[in-house]
Amino acid sequence: MSDETKSPSPQPEGEKPSSDKIAGGISSGTPPPGGAKPPAPSEKPAVAPGATPPKPAAPGEKPAAAAAPAKPAAPAKPAGPTPQPWDSPLVAKLTKQFGSGIQPLTYLGQNYLQVDRSLIPTILQMLRDEEQFDYCVDITAVHYPKREKQFDIVWILYSFSKNERVRVKTQIADAEHIPSAVPIWAAANWLERETFDMFGIQFDGHPDLKRILLPDGWKGHPLRKDYGIIQQDQEWVQINLGIESGQ
Amino acid sequence: MTDPNSSVSHLELEESKKTFLDANELVINMGPQHPATHGVLRVILRLDGEKVMGLECVIGYLHRGVEKIAEHRTYTMFNPYVDRMDYVAAVSNGLGYCEAVEKLLNIEAPPRANYIRVILTELNRLASHQLWLGTHALDIGAMTPLFYTFRDREEILKIFEKYCGARLTTHAFRIGGCQYETYEGFEKDVKKFLTFVAPKIDEYEELLTTNRIWVERTKKVGTISAKDCIALGVTGPVLRASGVKWDLRKAQPYAAYKQFDFEIPTGQNGDTYDRYLVRMAEMRQSLRIIQQAVDAIPEGPIMAKVSKVMKPPVGEIYHSIEAPKGELGYFIVSDGSTQPYRIRVRPPSFVNLQALDLMCRGQLVADVIAVIGTLDIVLGEVDR
Repeated sequence: MSDETKSPSPQPEGEKPSSDKIAGGISSGTPPPGGAKPPAPSEKPAVAPGATPPKPAAPGEKPAAAAAPAKPAAPAKPAGPTPQPWDSPLVAKLTKQFGSGIQPLTYLGQNYLQVDRSLIPTILQMLRDEEQFDYCVDITAVHYPKREKQFDIVWILYSFSKNERVRVKTQIADAEHIPSAVPIWAAANWLERETFDMFGIQFDGHPDLKRILLPDGWKGHPLRKDYGIIQQDQEWVQINLGIESGQ
Repeated sequence: MTDPNSSVSHLELEESKKTFLDANELVINMGPQHPATHGVLRVILRLDGEKVMGLECVIGYLHRGVEKIAEHRTYTMFNPYVDRMDYVAAVSNGLGYCEAVEKLLNIEAPPRANYIRVILTELNRLASHQLWLGTHALDIGAMTPLFYTFRDREEILKIFEKYCGARLTTHAFRIGGCQYETYEGFEKDVKKFLTFVAPKIDEYEELLTTNRIWVERTKKVGTISAKDCIALGVTGPVLRASGVKWDLRKAQPYAAYKQFDFEIPTGQNGDTYDRYLVRMAEMRQSLRIIQQAVDAIPEGPIMAKVSKVMKPPVGEIYHSIEAPKGELGYFIVSDGSTQPYRIRVRPPSFVNLQALDLMCRGQLVADVIAVIGTLDIVLGEVDR
């Protein structure tokens, strides 16, 4: 969360005219291919011709050719690819059964399902039993403190028979519980424990939900966004290590 | 009340009704400071005589909060940190991370960079397997292989050192390609190494494969079925030794792996001996890949066009590679700024270690050592 390195200079559209100072210093060899993407007026037009990213590791002798293929990609990037609807027989089947409870999307070639919290146990069970997603790769969470439903829970699944991956995502509020996936995939055991340890998510029906990486008596869940990077459980450190602070 | 050692496990709780005198079962503690736990793994064993009735792993002694650190670093700044997870296969970690960010940025490394990446990653796989073999054999009581493998691993580290200056935590790759062009004589060095190491692998096998002590200590020890492997999410050589022919290099090829001809070695029994054979065969396959890559390494740039300030568009990506230990995945969420919003590392060692309990049940105490060795875990990666 600390903004120490964020946006040193105003860059409205993102990245192309990268850090002017650095680039300006060493870019003398590269002719400005500025025509393709004129920098926005706010971006120090005086420096702009020299601000072309010189690509330090480029072979050097054909800068024009090297720059050319990259240009078509450049305008696309600031806008960013957006998640597209995902269509497949699996999706058709799921939408038929669950209707608007799931939202199938695809982003950069990777498919995921945005699922209602209430449908989670049914969908996970079904993906394993009927769709052969027999390998639970990972379970994790993402914290968005500003959102009403603060947590994204993510299941990454893989099917050996189809050689296909799918991510299942749902949103839950702080302190809301979620059913454990341990009865479905034994692998979920430690993964859920880690999610609990780092985010404080409660998984109902987990056989032994306790901390896994941090010590049992620790207070706080470090991967929440409101947990500072140098924050510690001072009381725990004092009692167990006998020092004022681990810092 | 907050002493971590006093936190009773569910295994211990089950036994609390019994007094010491009528106890048929004994709970003992192994580690975290134990030479055979390969770092700082603590295992609580429940024993009946010498037989293991169950065990519980206590981990986290090496937890450094890598995922938290990532949220406070730029994409480029976080790159060296990943080397410190699986520090005996740092190159693989770097490859997975760089490729994941490249995917998020929607760029691709140039072909030459991909070839260099494959060569170094496979060399590192070999080094990782050699280190595994040496320490695993040492745990079981064969001391000689340790000296053999370390002698030969040294040659790989020398190539790394000549390439990027570092031997262990190499930080060899950058987002978008490689930082360094190969040094003068790189290909020659690699080819020389290949001819040097091929007979050495035969030498390791001569020491162990038909060695009676080795066979008795490893056959039918720590057996795990393919079904259990999949249920527990176990990947890598452990899964392949149970008969599942699955390798991400083939299943979902990345870097330049599509262009190389190699096989996926598998076992049938899923025991420690089969896992040994699978890893030995993998070393030979790695040599094959390196040979093909060195012969066909293309000319050209080694770095794609990447802006200095990386701001991937808002979105998320999961990318995984076949690390020496199994599937190593990175799940990255970008909020459009220069720093990742969240990076989740899916470490193979962490997930594989979950199977230790199942694999050790019914075995002898001495076999626990063999099973920890055969899982090939690195605690730096388990704890992150």
